[in-house]
Amino acid sequence: MTDNKQNVTSVDNIAVRFTGDSGDGMQLAGNIFSTISATVGNDISTFPDYPADIRAPQGSLTGVSGFQVHIGAEKVLTPGDKCDVLIAMNPAALKTQYKFCTSRSIIIVDTDSFKENDLKKAEFQTNDPFEEMGIKNEVIAAPITSMCVEALKDSGLDFKSSVRCKNMFALGLVCWLFDRNVPYAEEMLRQKFAKKPEIAEANIKVLNAGYDYGHNTHASATTYRIESANATKQKGVFMDINGNKATAYGLIAAAEKAGLKLYLGSYPITPATDVLHELSKHKSLGVTTVQCEDEIAGCASAVGAAFGGALACTSTSGPGICLKSEAMNLAVIMELPIVVLDVQRGGPATGLPTKSEQTDLLQVLFGRNGESPMPVLAAASPTDCFDMAYMACKIALEHMTPVVLMTDAYVANGSAAWKLPKLEEYPAIKPPYVTPDMKGSWAPYQRNADGVRYWAVPGTEGFTHILGGLEKDSKTGAISTNPENHNLMTHLRQEKIDKIQVPDVEVLGDKDDAELLIVGFGGTYGHLHAAMNEMKASGKKVALAHFKYINPLPKNTAEVLKKYKKVVVAEQNLGQFAGWLRMKVDNFVPFQFNEVKGQPFAVADLVKAFTEIYNK
Amino acid sequence: MENITYEAKDFKKGQPRWCPGCGDHFFLASLQKAMAEIGVAPHNTAVISGIGCSSRLPHYMATYGMNTIHGRAAAIATGCKIANPKLTVWQISGDGDGLAIGGNHFIHANRRNIDLNMILLNNRIYGLTKGQYSPTSPRGFVSKSSPYGTVEDPFRPAELCFGARGHFFARAVATDAAGTVEILKAAQAHKGASVCEILQNCVIFNDGTHASVYKPEERKKNAIYLKHGQPMIFGENNEFGLVQDGFNLKVVKIGENGITEKDILVHDAHCEDNTLQLKLALMEGPDFPIALGVIRDVEAPTYNDAVEAQIAEVSEKKKYHNFQELLMTNDTWEVK
Ligand code: SF4
Repeated sequence: MTDNKQNVTSVDNIAVRFTGDSGDGMQLAGNIFSTISATVGNDISTFPDYPADIRAPQGSLTGVSGFQVHIGAEKVLTPGDKCDVLIAMNPAALKTQYKFCTSRSIIIVDTDSFKENDLKKAEFQTNDPFEEMGIKNEVIAAPITSMCVEALKDSGLDFKSSVRCKNMFALGLVCWLFDRNVPYAEEMLRQKFAKKPEIAEANIKVLNAGYDYGHNTHASATTYRIESANATKQKGVFMDINGNKATAYGLIAAAEKAGLKLYLGSYPITPATDVLHELSKHKSLGVTTVQCEDEIAGCASAVGAAFGGALACTSTSGPGICLKSEAMNLAVIMELPIVVLDVQRGGPATGLPTKSEQTDLLQVLFGRNGESPMPVLAAASPTDCFDMAYMACKIALEHMTPVVLMTDAYVANGSAAWKLPKLEEYPAIKPPYVTPDMKGSWAPYQRNADGVRYWAVPGTEGFTHILGGLEKDSKTGAISTNPENHNLMTHLRQEKIDKIQVPDVEVLGDKDDAELLIVGFGGTYGHLHAAMNEMKASGKKVALAHFKYINPLPKNTAEVLKKYKKVVVAEQNLGQFAGWLRMKVDNFVPFQFNEVKGQPFAVADLVKAFTEIYNK
Repeated sequence: MENITYEAKDFKKGQPRWCPGCGDHFFLASLQKAMAEIGVAPHNTAVISGIGCSSRLPHYMATYGMNTIHGRAAAIATGCKIANPKLTVWQISGDGDGLAIGGNHFIHANRRNIDLNMILLNNRIYGLTKGQYSPTSPRGFVSKSSPYGTVEDPFRPAELCFGARGHFFARAVATDAAGTVEILKAAQAHKGASVCEILQNCVIFNDGTHASVYKPEERKKNAIYLKHGQPMIFGENNEFGLVQDGFNLKVVKIGENGITEKDILVHDAHCEDNTLQLKLALMEGPDFPIALGVIRDVEAPTYNDAVEAQIAEVSEKKKYHNFQELLMTNDTWEVK
């Protein structure tokens, strides 16, 4: 490290993992790093890894919080299986996060927090954690805390506040390592701490100190440049957005487009709560959020709000769906539009609250009494949450039905650069309202050509009517137990859902001559796509069909699934989507890849498993 | 509002299918009469029920309505009122629907003080499922699901309402049209959650449960009509009154032991402190009369008004008012 000559290596993508105590500000450092990279035209994908405990003791193994940022010249599909740089602000972070390193990863540690006591808290037996863990990587060991405090000695900031800035020292060091634009990071800090300029300036000072430290000491023999691929670069105005926020934005956009008030009935539940947080901020857009007494009331009040004429939504995770299914079913029989958001987490029961799975699919498709058809959509990525939330609202309102939008903890918390949408480019949303000429002849279950009943909002004169959970006569809307009528209504409700038009599923990759078709749905898109790319790069003929519309399935589903010699359905459950496809497509017998670890798929594992199937 | 006047028949629809003599018939007629007198148009009225005998009621109303699922009426009505605050929303529940399976929604609607007229038709039995004890059945009550008598104490609806910080509680007997219409109108006049307990007889499974007050002559003897600002006098010849005795209430005879009308307590339904109102609401025979009328009616901010006020206030302060403006509140960058 004393070599004065600095090597600069060009790379096309890097993954950096910021880790430390939950109070160490690793999320902020990671966030700034990803945003400044995005501003120069790199693609980004990020994923936070929250600690299991809310306030674990400082320095303990359960209190480690991480934030992985993947930056690339071309499209970045996942946050990365492993990282190229690990920043470990304390021994606990090193111990728990080293598993994300390869033999080539650079590790940056704060030597000030690797003292005997710190090592003890992280349950190390010796004074050399690297030796103890057998780590042979390049390590940049810098006294980050003390240099941070030193940089701020004349700032007037007290010791505690000074130490708080140490995440910026680490960020500065990483900025130097990857030749990132520091002035833009300064700008972001000034905005973030607009109300406390002295804090902003302190952070900026430490950020520069970190950068200079790298520069002056040649902390690493090599620094890196990430090319930005100008040819493929998408132009426009961008922001960084995670899936939960994108979902909230999609609901807001749809309400505005439909000209309706947005109502959210919700109950706090990990990992869906941020949607409630986000929507509750936007009162100036007329958004009403009610934090209900329970999950049941969250959904039931949404049904009431839909009856009242709002775009009504309820947000939850799998355990909440269990409780909401009763009111979801009521919306099925009353044919009222509501959007039910299921941010999936590990189950069953309380399961793994902060972890990600795709295990609610059959629950949302079938988990209700009676024949209870319901459209189901699944978002493929953090930014796709916006489009899918918008489409969920459109389908609900235009087809007078509850719709389930599935996301998961991974897409909900993961973020990516998002090109700001233009609302005028999105399709119109036109609910089938009753019209004045229907007065006198209208009945609640009269249907249009799509089999959809008309919507008469209370307050409209001449359309008073009653809806309810009991079966109704298809013509008069009165309670009916007539066997023929029940049979007819059951079919009508099913046909209404079957008639919904959804886009065809797209086949990516070697769509004409693939030996293996990879099939998935929802939040695994990035990982499956990356796996396909890797296999193609090694000369294999592979394609990917990734589903976002689960019920009804796209019209070309059977055609696509039958076209290829081998098909593997890969999902984070024990085969729920494969089962659903087999129910819908005759003689479809796919290979399956199922993994339920609560973690996103690792691309390397996928490639290995798919290659085995490929070679069979 | 509209300059149209309504009659009870404007709110009527269909032929009720309750058992002949069921208290629900009487209540329905009173509700329709009250609505006509209130004068809100049927199309601006929503009647929302759960499940149970009494929850069939919206089917007989010429208003907007929903006969929903068991226990959820208060939650569904809450969403409806918030989405469409101009509507007058009535929630109809029985004792099982409102206090057992829907107990949580009942207390929270009261706590939030959402502007709903919450009707609780209390017959102390599950009628629709053919006769099981309910959360208001008295201890020891023998029913199909308690052949040896229940071993649990009942809820007293007023106690729940007050415990949930309810601001309006009234009681009427289903067969007493005048008394019912009066409390329904008071419930509508009250802004916020208004609970009306209707003592309703189930002729099939719990006949006589409210016998002491079900007929006018019995009511004369065993009930007291409370009116804000009026002395608490009752009895066939208005010979009895209520006075305070330490922390308790006491029945006295006017003219005996030097008691005059001046000594009798005067009902204060508007008193913020609900201690005395609760004592009145919990009175039971044979030692005390059963309190009817508006027992508590205290003004307080309503949830729905507060929601609207907050939206107006925040809208005033914030600089973004549509989706495109919302986008620009984020840190953005341009790739050229
Ligand atoms: S069972 Fe009882 S409550 Fe039900 S309709 Fe008959 S009398 Fe009324």
